[in-house]
Amino acid sequence: MTTEFYRWTENTWRSPDIDWHKAETLVAGIDVGSVSSQAVILADDKIYAFCNTRTGSNSPDSAKKALSIALNGTDIKPENIQYFVGTGYGRVNIPMAKKAITEIACHARGANYMGGPAIKTILDMGGQDLKGIHCDEKGKVTQFLMNDKCAAGTGRGMEVMAELLQVPIVDVGKMSLEVKEEPEPVSSTCVIFAKSEAIGLLRGGWTKNMVLAAYCAAMAHRVVGLLQRIGIEKEFVITGGIAKNIGVVSRIEKELNIKAMPLQPDPQIAGGLGAALFARDLFLKSKKAA
Amino acid sequence: MITAGIDVGAKTIKVVIVKDNKVVARAINPTGFEPLVTAEKTMDEAAKQAGISRKDINKVYATGAGRKSIPFADHNVTEVTADAKGTNYLLPSVRTIVDIGAEEARGIATDAAGKVVDFAKNDKCAAGAGAFVESMSRALEVTVPQMIEISHKSTKEAPINATCAVFAESEVVSLIHTKIDKADIANAVHDAIASRVCSMVRRIPIEKDVVLIGGVANNSAIVAVMKKHLGVEVGVPENPEFVGALGAALLAAA
Repeated sequence: MTTEFYRWTENTWRSPDIDWHKAETLVAGIDVGSVSSQAVILADDKIYAFCNTRTGSNSPDSAKKALSIALNGTDIKPENIQYFVGTGYGRVNIPMAKKAITEIACHARGANYMGGPAIKTILDMGGQDLKGIHCDEKGKVTQFLMNDKCAAGTGRGMEVMAELLQVPIVDVGKMSLEVKEEPEPVSSTCVIFAKSEAIGLLRGGWTKNMVLAAYCAAMAHRVVGLLQRIGIEKEFVITGGIAKNIGVVSRIEKELNIKAMPLQPDPQIAGGLGAALFARDLFLKSKKAA
Repeated sequence: MITAGIDVGAKTIKVVIVKDNKVVARAINPTGFEPLVTAEKTMDEAAKQAGISRKDINKVYATGAGRKSIPFADHNVTEVTADAKGTNYLLPSVRTIVDIGAEEARGIATDAAGKVVDFAKNDKCAAGAGAFVESMSRALEVTVPQMIEISHKSTKEAPINATCAVFAESEVVSLIHTKIDKADIANAVHDAIASRVCSMVRRIPIEKDVVLIGGVANNSAIVAVMKKHLGVEVGVPENPEFVGALGAALLAAA
């Protein structure tokens, strides 16, 4: 089998301390993105478990897969979960979801939960889109801008570059920082043209690390352009898969001259977590009404 | 008077030699990663074809994306100027030129003398350029000529809304998975390119006659959908990929 360099690490996590049986509410958020899917389970208002996996060819199956991975090893059955909210690119096709909420609202809510009320600006770098989001201290969206028309600056673009250079995508960020001098950013906007440019650079004697540095810098520059249109207020956080790429993140921070606040446990689950938080609100509301 | 035009494109280098206002040679080679070597080789081939020595060429004008990097060129002209001149020589009734190359597309409005009146271009994005067709043919696992052939047999519309060649590739893959006919996918890809190019071209006044040039003009499936999108007849000259080089050679003689 050939190595799939674009494959990023899928991960799961479960709280060692929480007994979900004692929780009053057990809800889940499922984020089916264009490239990755997440399921986040909340026991009361605490994260009980989550998983982060690759999206398959259809949304319902991807949602079911994400949920079953998140529940794997727990004694939770899907019917124990009181309320599901779906979000992301495939949100209207998530069979168990009682409600679909946009990923913009979910990312803001999830980032607010992980980072606290000081967060004002969220940059979501997803598989196929880029979003700049402003929110208030409750995680409510006040303004946003997005690019979903072009792969430049998205995770998909980075996957293409990782495949081209035969570098595992999880190593891209670190390798891009291992250069003596910061090279000129790749000049092409389009990922297809950037590929040709990268091949030319390699032929011209550039190392893979230098090409990665040039590509990460170009990506950072593009993202900064989008963010500057919406404006940046502290605290600033980055969500989505690219938040794990230190080569892109450090270059964004440098260009903006502002540090991104790190998000725990995982910046990639912000959308799914936000969806789960909405699910809890909706469940409590429905219980009150009944 | 013998002149040569060299068009240094993203994908191919073209040379046209003109003697006393007549084309006497044409040569083309893939640009590769050493454009200067390819440029020399293509010039040599064209000179040989014309039965002359390179020393017999009085003047060389360069055009294309790499036009400024040709040391033996006496002068360089933009692709827009070269396209307008070359087209006017071949088809004087043309007022609107659409040029789709490997990495760039242009719309050019000209007057009766072949002078540029207005132009629009896209050089930032592969959706709407030849590179898009090639990357989609790879996703469909067919050659470009096969893709053109099956595209003409399409009977149904397939949904491709991607404005980005990278995203379109994922869309094509999932359409294949859902058992959509390759012919319909090929047609949808051609339609997507044409619609993108046409929306760019509409920024300039579109007047008859309309002509399509550049390497992509050899793709009859795109020509067919271009007609549909623009709502006018779209002509294609012979050797459409050489029009820029021809224009440069003619300008060198002027």
